[in-house]
Amino acid sequence: MSPTGFLVVSALLFVIGSIGVLVRRNAIVVFMSIEIMLNASNLAFVTFARMNGNLDGQVMAFFVMVVAAAEVVVGLAIIVAIFRTRRTASVDDANLLKY
Amino acid sequence: MTSLLAVAHPSNLPNDIAFWIVAVLAVGGALMMLFSRKAVHAALWVALVMGNLAIMYIMEGAVFLGIVQLVVYTGAVMMLFLFVLMLVGVDSSDSVVETLRGQRAAAAVAGIGFVVLLVGAIGHSGTGGAVGVVGPNLVDGGNVQGLARLIFTRYFWAFEVISALLITAAMGAMLLAHRERITRRRSQRELSIERTRSGAPQPLTAPGVYSRHNAVDTPGLLPDGTPSPVTVPEALGELTGRAPVPLKQWPGRDELERGGGEDL
Repeated sequence: MSPTGFLVVSALLFVIGSIGVLVRRNAIVVFMSIEIMLNASNLAFVTFARMNGNLDGQVMAFFVMVVAAAEVVVGLAIIVAIFRTRRTASVDDANLLKY
Repeated sequence: MTSLLAVAHPSNLPNDIAFWIVAVLAVGGALMMLFSRKAVHAALWVALVMGNLAIMYIMEGAVFLGIVQLVVYTGAVMMLFLFVLMLVGVDSSDSVVETLRGQRAAAAVAGIGFVVLLVGAIGHSGTGGAVGVVGPNLVDGGNVQGLARLIFTRYFWAFEVISALLITAAMGAMLLAHRERITRRRSQRELSIERTRSGAPQPLTAPGVYSRHNAVDTPGLLPDGTPSPVTVPEALGELTGRAPVPLKQWPGRDELERGGGEDL
């Protein structure tokens, strides 16, 4: 399979993830959308590694995975902390910094 | 038709079929994540997407990343998501009303524009053929060995920095999840006094009319013969969908027991 197909899938997943971030209001689903975006970039990295014939892209994808794990841990802890005080996981209800 | 395809791609037909299956599953799963109302369903769809991405990595010669993807993402990250969903409330679903008018339409238009932009750029750049990673994978005797050589030589500094990031994230999670106890922990004596004054029987009566049923969802009988809903755990009523509805004027078994405990 030519790399183009993989790159198109990566682009589609990234766009779906970004639409999810824009549209969904449950903070956990927003996080899942961010995960999908990170995974789409990983797929692009792996495809670029195959196109160029070296493993550097795979190392980058590996680092992205580590960063994503760190992000998930902190983000979910923030969601749980907000849920404790507000009793909600909706991003619309956390608006104290808005005004 | 198949012969035509075989002529078009003489050696790659199985790969192509596999790619199309996996690609459709991945993109479809992501779309279902976008449209599923319940957060648990979204989490399961995302797990499907991650699994298919792992297959794609392996198809592209990134064997180590494919396995890591399976273990770390579908295994650890998505289960962490599900765990937090259980903590926050499984039935937390999005409301249908739009708080910003036209937000969804605008997001859809922006998304379609973004897709056109990206796919156009990919098509325009003419990615053509791929060198492939079979050679680099074989240099050090395997994909894992090749990645290890890169991580511990050229990217050693980045690797160290990222380890610091992981430790910082762990510290941050501990800090955020930690809760200072503001009030004094209530002693067993105080809890007992409180329960007695609440008017509920101490200990709670067991469920079941033992001469006919001893199932735990059968309400126990009061001395005058009426069934008492207090004797049946509320969750069972929700599961079976019938009788033991908790009385509103009388605290149910679960509420009574929950009173003294920590919440979340």
